[in-house]
Amino acid sequence: MLTILFDGIAYGMLLFILAVGLAVTMGLMNFINLAHGAFAMVGGYITVLLMQKFDVPFLLCLPLAFLGSALLGAVLERTLYRPLYHKPHLDQVLFSIGLTFMAVASADYFIGSGQQIIQLPEWLKGRTELGQGAWMLGMGHYRLFIIAVCAALTIALQYVLAKTRFGSRLRASVDDQRVAAGMGINVNVVFLTTFAVGSGLAGLGGALGAEVLGLDPSFPLKFMIYFLIVVAVGGTSSITGPLLAALLLGIADVAGKYYIPKLGGFIVYSLMIAILIWRPQGLFVRKGGK
Amino acid sequence: MSNTQNLLRQTGRWKRWEYPLWLLALASPLVLADHALIINEIAIVALFALSLDLILGYTGIVSLGHAAFFGMGAYSAALFAKLVMPDPLVGLAVGIASATLLGALCSATILRGTDLTRLMVTLGVGLILGELANKMDWLTGGADGLQGVVIGPLLGQFEFDLYGRVAAWYSLAVLLLMFVLARRLVNSPFGATLKAIRDNRLRAMAIGIAVNSRLTLVYTVAAALAGAAGALLAQTTGFASLDLFEFHRSADVMLILVVGGVGWLYGGVTGAIVFKLMQDAISSITPQYWTFWIGLFLVVLVLVGRERLIRPWTWFGKGKTGGTP
Repeated sequence: MLTILFDGIAYGMLLFILAVGLAVTMGLMNFINLAHGAFAMVGGYITVLLMQKFDVPFLLCLPLAFLGSALLGAVLERTLYRPLYHKPHLDQVLFSIGLTFMAVASADYFIGSGQQIIQLPEWLKGRTELGQGAWMLGMGHYRLFIIAVCAALTIALQYVLAKTRFGSRLRASVDDQRVAAGMGINVNVVFLTTFAVGSGLAGLGGALGAEVLGLDPSFPLKFMIYFLIVVAVGGTSSITGPLLAALLLGIADVAGKYYIPKLGGFIVYSLMIAILIWRPQGLFVRKGGK
Repeated sequence: MSNTQNLLRQTGRWKRWEYPLWLLALASPLVLADHALIINEIAIVALFALSLDLILGYTGIVSLGHAAFFGMGAYSAALFAKLVMPDPLVGLAVGIASATLLGALCSATILRGTDLTRLMVTLGVGLILGELANKMDWLTGGADGLQGVVIGPLLGQFEFDLYGRVAAWYSLAVLLLMFVLARRLVNSPFGATLKAIRDNRLRAMAIGIAVNSRLTLVYTVAAALAGAAGALLAQTTGFASLDLFEFHRSADVMLILVVGGVGWLYGGVTGAIVFKLMQDAISSITPQYWTFWIGLFLVVLVLVGRERLIRPWTWFGKGKTGGTP
């Protein structure tokens, strides 16, 4: 039972890293970006290809995946996303679906439709078990690694948001873009940076999750719903909301699939709909939305 | 008769060019006998897009899970034909009825919240139904699809042939019927209140429109039309599979509607023709990667803007933006 909880937490942390960029960009620009999963896929493929073709060590691949996706995010933000900020939501949805379709088909074309397998280094492969019986806790080393990395990232993000000047600028822009611009904050630059970092984090999440979630060209479509659940349930006004939502989702999903495998994703979706009917603005939002 | 009534009557009146258009459509299976199958598909997709237009174009609800009702109609019509009786018209009625029921249930989920919430909820409903159809394999055949559906002759005399001519007429007739109904609906005072809700929900509420009951009703009607489209597809192909609930189906129908024009009943029909012909052409060139071109098309469509894309003469210079066609 503890093992399931542990796996659920690892899964939830991973989802959080994947989705946090989406939460921030959605809160900042009110932009519904369904193509977020594509950045995660890019990160995953960067890692896989670097490891297979050039024998780059796994740990070195992670920052490269982050940089690659961040760069791609910055370029796309600058060229394609920016004109769409003030368009209606329908246009944004269509645009990002189109982008996702393109990403899926290109990955299929260039890399092939098969599932990619990642070769983990030896020291991440083992498994440690503590206790016994019903309270046994089995921890895969890789999952432990994921939790450690994600927790460190979460703390770093929280620090940047709460303590640094950039964080206060970002928070000001999220709260009220026009007033922030009036106070002399360059909202465009703030947003470009945030978008790039968010995409980079998604890429890092994709690289970390390639082993756990599986990596194939349909990745952006398969996990799009999960990212959106995290954002919709957690709300976009802070990063603790998405964090809690991601942990909840991770644990519910792993537990659901373990105890009642017949129902599959049914539990998670029903739970999401119930929560959204109950609190349309998200579970952890204090005010009634903008 | 008051002024408003006159206005509604006028926009609702059949234009002169519409009669030959529909005659042409009904004659097309005869004239283009080799392409009856694709005509059938176009009619079905057009009906599906028409139903989405009711909620997206006229009421302003962004839905990414409209395939739920499509699949529901298809599966119930197919199951009815397989288990109870093979008559197509009764099957169609059953498909519509079950989709209507589902629509009425789901309409409670779209009343509150922002665009994002609605998007998520509609998407979730579609996923849940897909999951259900997958897991209830004793009834639906699971991932293999529902096989062995035999549909009886239409009205007891017209057997569905291999070339799909009867199927095409059947679908076109249902499309025409539903189109007339939808037209009546959007040009009635009820339709006018829907547009008011789309344009400014708060103000609509303030002038005394019962927003929630209107939304419930239109969502249910749209679900019924989508169910009819699904039932037609299941009956004319004699097959129902999990593919019906897939996300890309909801996305495709949205694309169709946007290509043809949102908030315009012929938008769905036009979009369906353009999309199906385009899909046919592209997938004959690159069968595996045609989604890439669809994606590219979407991106360009949004970035350039639909108005300008279909009016190439405005590409140069400061083009003036035309009204909706």
